[in-house]
Amino acid sequence: MQVEKFYYDNKIVKAFGLATILFGIVGMLAGLWVAIQIYYPESSLNLAATTFGRLRPLHTNAIIFAFVGNASFAGIYYSLQRLCKARMFSDKLSWIHFWGWQLIIAAAAITLLMGKTTGKEYAELEWPIDIAITLVWVIFGINMFGTIIKRRERHLYVAIWFYIATWVTVAMLHIVNSIEIPVSALKSYSWYAGVQDALVQWWYGHNAVAFFLTTPVLGLMYYFLPKAANRPVYSYRLSIIHFWALIFIYIWAGPHHLLYTALPDWAQSLGVVFSVMLIAPSWGGMLNGLFTLRGAWDKVREDPVLKFMVVAITCYGMSTFEGPMLSLKNVNAISHFSDWTIAHVHIGGLGWNGFLAFAILYYMIPKMWGTNLYSKKLATNHFWLGTIGIILYAVPLYWAGFEQSLMWKQFTPEGQIKYDFLQTVTNIKPMYIARSVGGSLYLIGALMMVYNIYKTIVSGKFIANEAAEAAPLVKEAHPKKEYWHRVIERKPVTMLVLSLILVAIGGLVQMIPTFLVKSNVPTIASVKPYTPLELQGRDIYVREGCYTCHSQMIRPFRDEVARYGEYSKAGEFVYDHPFQWGSKRTGPDLAREGHDKNKRPDSWHYTHMYDPRLTSPGSLMPRYIWLLDNKIDTASTPAKIRAMKTLGVPYPDGYDKIANRDLMHQADSIASNLKKDKIETASNVEVIALIAYLQRLGRDIQGEAKKPIAENK
Amino acid sequence: MSVILILLIASISVAGLFLAAFLWGVRSGQFEDDYSPASRILFDDKPSSKTKTQSQ
Repeated sequence: MQVEKFYYDNKIVKAFGLATILFGIVGMLAGLWVAIQIYYPESSLNLAATTFGRLRPLHTNAIIFAFVGNASFAGIYYSLQRLCKARMFSDKLSWIHFWGWQLIIAAAAITLLMGKTTGKEYAELEWPIDIAITLVWVIFGINMFGTIIKRRERHLYVAIWFYIATWVTVAMLHIVNSIEIPVSALKSYSWYAGVQDALVQWWYGHNAVAFFLTTPVLGLMYYFLPKAANRPVYSYRLSIIHFWALIFIYIWAGPHHLLYTALPDWAQSLGVVFSVMLIAPSWGGMLNGLFTLRGAWDKVREDPVLKFMVVAITCYGMSTFEGPMLSLKNVNAISHFSDWTIAHVHIGGLGWNGFLAFAILYYMIPKMWGTNLYSKKLATNHFWLGTIGIILYAVPLYWAGFEQSLMWKQFTPEGQIKYDFLQTVTNIKPMYIARSVGGSLYLIGALMMVYNIYKTIVSGKFIANEAAEAAPLVKEAHPKKEYWHRVIERKPVTMLVLSLILVAIGGLVQMIPTFLVKSNVPTIASVKPYTPLELQGRDIYVREGCYTCHSQMIRPFRDEVARYGEYSKAGEFVYDHPFQWGSKRTGPDLAREGHDKNKRPDSWHYTHMYDPRLTSPGSLMPRYIWLLDNKIDTASTPAKIRAMKTLGVPYPDGYDKIANRDLMHQADSIASNLKKDKIETASNVEVIALIAYLQRLGRDIQGEAKKPIAENK
Repeated sequence: MSVILILLIASISVAGLFLAAFLWGVRSGQFEDDYSPASRILFDDKPSSKTKTQSQ
């Protein structure tokens, strides 16, 4: 048997690794800035691009796709080659993947700050970038599967299974959740609306956690932990079992983001059950990882890489226990919309994702430069600083989450809501400050890593192509005449592709009629489409990211009904492309902001946008001064009306041609209301549109108060 | 809620794909040895012949 000589490509790993570090720092800085804005809103510098609503998506996208994304690619390109004993299938595809991904990140940064957003969390990027992501992902897939096919090691190590599952599922999630109808070069409307959009969004959102933030990282753990500790995985059999269980159960957990909302109860219960079941396979991974260090804990004492991994895996275990607990409806009733959710996210994000990324960088870089890490002491200090940072991040937010939630629910002995919303906000400001200290420590630790890595690189000599040797796979002998199905069984890729085609045909046959039949959309008779002015206002609401602080979903709880009004019904959201239920109440819920019981004069909203603290002392909301001067983009109205019509919103035929007439008419009447309250303004400025939208929220079912709501499902 | 049809179709299709992959794995003997792969990854012997490592 002739042994073949080949080389592992380290250049591509270096590229992804350096990108990881760069965007990690960028993402953390964005995170720190938004954390400070939450108690010091003036730090937004009163610029449109840097308000919380625009900067928060930049932070989440940078961390998820630019930091964890690049880290996963770095780790996958490093480990896949060595596990397959083969160089990547195509160097050219490797570099197209790399540069394609970084260009997507650059486009994301620019467009998100400009306010070009779909208004859907972790899927904010607009349609041209969505297409680019699909193309780059396909290229990554070809490169990855090509490498697997030309492997010299027949057995697919468990990490490779995790990478495969990642690729397949992310492709599916991205495509399904990004189905949107373009209105202009950088604006689109979600094909789905209301409850449907919410379900698709959180089917996507939770599985982004599962298959972008968990499965690739578990794969990396299964390679890098044994290598760093020089111990085999505790139970290889367990790794196989929990892998298959994990990928089958995770998909159904999405509805736990929508408990006590207008999502049908049975869908909520499904999410709860699968979320609780998920503890088992998740903890399978955690235990497997930690037990791998049996008998090797003395190494953890000496090696910063292992220290990061231990805390990472522990945080993974904590999050995957806390997550299922938060999925229990009675717990969720307290935690949803509060800072508890944020704490939970960051245990996973800072602890599991961040620390594992640091671990693999500290492992790979010295190896690729043929040297040792410049300073183990500095890396150990990074470790401690980061760990304290995580604790100081999460604990204040646990406290804040509990306090604000319990304050929201507090009644006086006479049966009135005890605290107004602002009091609950002001009360937790100290916790917000503490949280930003925790985040700062974490960031400082990361900067220590940058220095350490830099000194390591300059002290070593980069090995661009690492020599390796292995025997090629022996083709198995087969009988000459074979049943045709047996032939396909031996060709796994062919089998997968054929299965996919068969399934896709069945799927399309069922999907297309469903969506062409309008009667599948449940309606409440009194719920009407938004007027053109309200639609423009809604798009401004989405652009400014108002949903990052304000929810629009009143849950069927006594305190919420008392504070906000009648709880939200599914049929109220049928024309909401995209839905804007929100995930967080840094500010109050707005679902019935326009309802007669809550309604404020137009001039209140005008003043509130100009400076929130004039109407609400102690408010954390940024100022939206530019809305008072920017002109409404009336040229876009016809295209928007036409797009909505295509999506099934019942505007009259030809309405797009006369929509602006109604827009100006409604705007004029708002402007004259403002004039009565001594506010002089043109009619065609953006704040007028936003006021129209806010004053519309929750009005439609006012007349139905005494009658049962008739919904035709 | 009819959108759940799309989600079910997509999820079950992908699940079907994974099932196919699992069955391929079982049939091609991927899971016959669930013990030695864990140790095998730890062996990364340098090439025996004197191949110069390329650095660019």
